[in-house]
Amino acid sequence: MKAANIKWWVLWLISSVLLGGYFSYALWLDDSGRAEVFLPGESSHGHYQIELACSVCHGEAFDGPEVMQQACLNCHQQELYDADDSHPIKKFRDPRNADRLAILDATMCVTCHGEHDREITREMGVTLSDDFCILCHENVADDRPSHKEKKFDNCSSAGCHNYHDNKALYEDFLIKHANEPSVLPEAKVPARNFDEWFTKTSSKQITPLKQADADAPDYVTLDPLELSRWQASAHAKGGVNCTECHYQIDESGVSTGQWLDRPELMQCKACHKDEVSGFEAGRHGMKMAQGLPAMTPAEARQEMHKGAYNLNLGCNSCHDGHAYYLRQAAFDRCVECHDDQHSSNYNKSKHYILWRQEQEGLVGPGAGVSCATCHMPRMESMQRGETRVTVTHNQNMNLRPNEKMIRSVCMNCHGYQFSVNSLADEVLIKNNFSTPPTVNVESQEMALKREQEKAGK
Amino acid sequence: MKRLNHTVLAAALAGSAIVLAGCSQEEPAASAPAGVSPQKMADALFTVMEADRAVYTEKVVKRLAGEAKVIKASEHWQDEVALPLPAQMFRMASERVAEHSSDFSYSLISAWPINSQNEPKTDAEREGVQFMQDNPGKRFYKEETLGGNSYFTAIYPDVAVSSACVDCHNDHKDSPKTDFQIGDTMGGVVIRIPL
Repeated sequence: MKAANIKWWVLWLISSVLLGGYFSYALWLDDSGRAEVFLPGESSHGHYQIELACSVCHGEAFDGPEVMQQACLNCHQQELYDADDSHPIKKFRDPRNADRLAILDATMCVTCHGEHDREITREMGVTLSDDFCILCHENVADDRPSHKEKKFDNCSSAGCHNYHDNKALYEDFLIKHANEPSVLPEAKVPARNFDEWFTKTSSKQITPLKQADADAPDYVTLDPLELSRWQASAHAKGGVNCTECHYQIDESGVSTGQWLDRPELMQCKACHKDEVSGFEAGRHGMKMAQGLPAMTPAEARQEMHKGAYNLNLGCNSCHDGHAYYLRQAAFDRCVECHDDQHSSNYNKSKHYILWRQEQEGLVGPGAGVSCATCHMPRMESMQRGETRVTVTHNQNMNLRPNEKMIRSVCMNCHGYQFSVNSLADEVLIKNNFSTPPTVNVESQEMALKREQEKAGK
Repeated sequence: MKRLNHTVLAAALAGSAIVLAGCSQEEPAASAPAGVSPQKMADALFTVMEADRAVYTEKVVKRLAGEAKVIKASEHWQDEVALPLPAQMFRMASERVAEHSSDFSYSLISAWPINSQNEPKTDAEREGVQFMQDNPGKRFYKEETLGGNSYFTAIYPDVAVSSACVDCHNDHKDSPKTDFQIGDTMGGVVIRIPL
C-alpha cells in the first residue's frame, strides 16, 4: 500500500473516531447540551419554548413513533376532547379507512404537524399544503352544490371549517344562530361564583383572619405594609394564614415546614390547581411545566416591551403576593410586557371604554371587556355537583384557530355573524375591534339557503 | 392481547378450513385448534350490539323522548343536553372500542347514508349491501384485504325496529332516501376481525 493511501486511511480513522466520540459525548449531555448538538432545525411557535427538553416529545433514545404520538397526546389530548374533535384518531383506526391512511396517516399527529421545520410551518402548526382536505373530501360538491366553485386551499382559513374544532361552525349551529343582532340585548360575561359555589359544596366554616392571627414563625420579620395588605386580601378573609403559602410544599404536595420568602407555583398549586394547570398549559407556563427555567418576555416571538425582557413569568407576574388586584391582572400587567399592535390598541377600543365604565359603575357587572375577558375566558363546569364559573388560565386555549373564541367569548355579547366576521378580519385584530368588520364569512348564509331549499322540497 | 391474537389466528385457520369446506356453519372438527371461529365471534358480537341498541332505542329513547317527553333525543345531544340518537350511541361505542382494541372493529354503513362517509366503500361492503337487498334478512360473510391486512368481514342487515329510526332518517335534510318504513333494511352492521 502506498504511503499516500495510508495517510488518507489514518486521517479517515481519526476523523471517524473524533466524530463518533463527539456524538457519543453529546448523548451523555443534559437536554440543553444535546439540543445544541442535535436540534435539526428551528422549532415551531408552539414548541420552541420547550425545544431544549428533547425527551418531552422524543422520550428516551431509540423510542419509536408511538412514544412520540403519546407525547403529543400527553399535552394536547384534553384540548382535542374539549373540541369534540371532528377527526379523532379512533375514527381512522377502522380498517375501512386503510386506503385513506395510505395517502395520509391521520392516526399520527406529526403527519400534519411536522416539527423543526419553521420555514414550512404555518399558523396552526400545520406543515401540510393548505389543500389537504381534498384528499378525502374531493366529492364534497356532490352533497353541497354550493361548494362547486370553491377551491380546497382555504377550507379552514375562510372561517368556515376546522380540522379538529367545529363546535362553532357546524351547520345546525349556524342555523340556530341566524339573524342575531351585532350586539345581543343581554350582553355580559358570566360572573365568577366561587363564594356561592363554595357555600353550596363545602361544610367548612370560614373564619376571617386579622393581623394578630398571622402564624409566621418567630424568626421571620414581618413587614407591616405586607401584613396589612394580607389582612385586606381574600386570603385572610378566607382564613388562609401565612404558613399555608410560605411553607415549602414538596412534589408530593406535603408541607416541609421550611419558610419561603417568595412562594411560587408549587405553593399556589396546592389550592389553585386548575389555575396553575391552565398556566402550565399555555405559553406563559409551558417551560416551567417541563422543568425548564421560567419563560421570559425576551424569548417571546411576539413584540414585547424591552424593559420587561428579563422578567420571569410565574403567578406573581400578574398577581402580587399580598395586594393582588384582579383588575390589574386583567389588563395592566398584560401590557407591561405585550407591545404588539393588538395589545397597544386595546385602550382605544369600545371594549376598553366599557371595561372602564364597568369599574366606575356606569354599566352593569360583566359588561366590560378586558384582555382577560377574551384571553382568559370564564368557563362553566360542574364541580362537586354544582356549577362553578372559573377563569381559564391558559391564555392560548381559544387563540388558535380563533373560531374557538366564538363560543367561549364573543357570543356572550355578540350575534354569530358579527362574531365570525370580526374574527376573520385581520384589520380588526390589529386595531383591537375598534371598527365594524368588513369581511363577510358566507357559511351562515349558505347553511340557511340550503335549509330553505331542503324545506321547499 | 397477544394471547387473544393467537386464539383469533387459530380460529381463523379453523374458519378458513370451514370456508373451503363450503360455507358450512358446523363446529370445527375435534382435532382443530381450540378457539372460537371468526364467524362465531362476529355473530356473538352482533347479537350483543343489536340487543344493546334495541334496548337503548326502546327503553330509553322511545320511552323518555318519544312517550314521556321528559327529554329530547338529538343529533346535537351535547349542545342541546339531549339523548344521543341510537345510531350515534352505536358509533360512539364503536369508536371507543377502536381506542382500546384492535381485535375487532365495527361500523354502520348504508346505501342511503346521512353522512356520505358511511356509504359502502370497500368491495366487500358493496357486495354485502347488494346481497342484503337481494336476500332480505340474510347475513353476509367474506374475507377481504385492506391496507395489506386480511380480515374476516361479516355484514348484518340493519333493520328499522322503531318509528324513531325511520322518522329521523326520512326527515333528515341530508338523507338521500325519505320513504323508509318499519321493517326495512336501512343498512348494514359491518364487523371485521383481523385474520
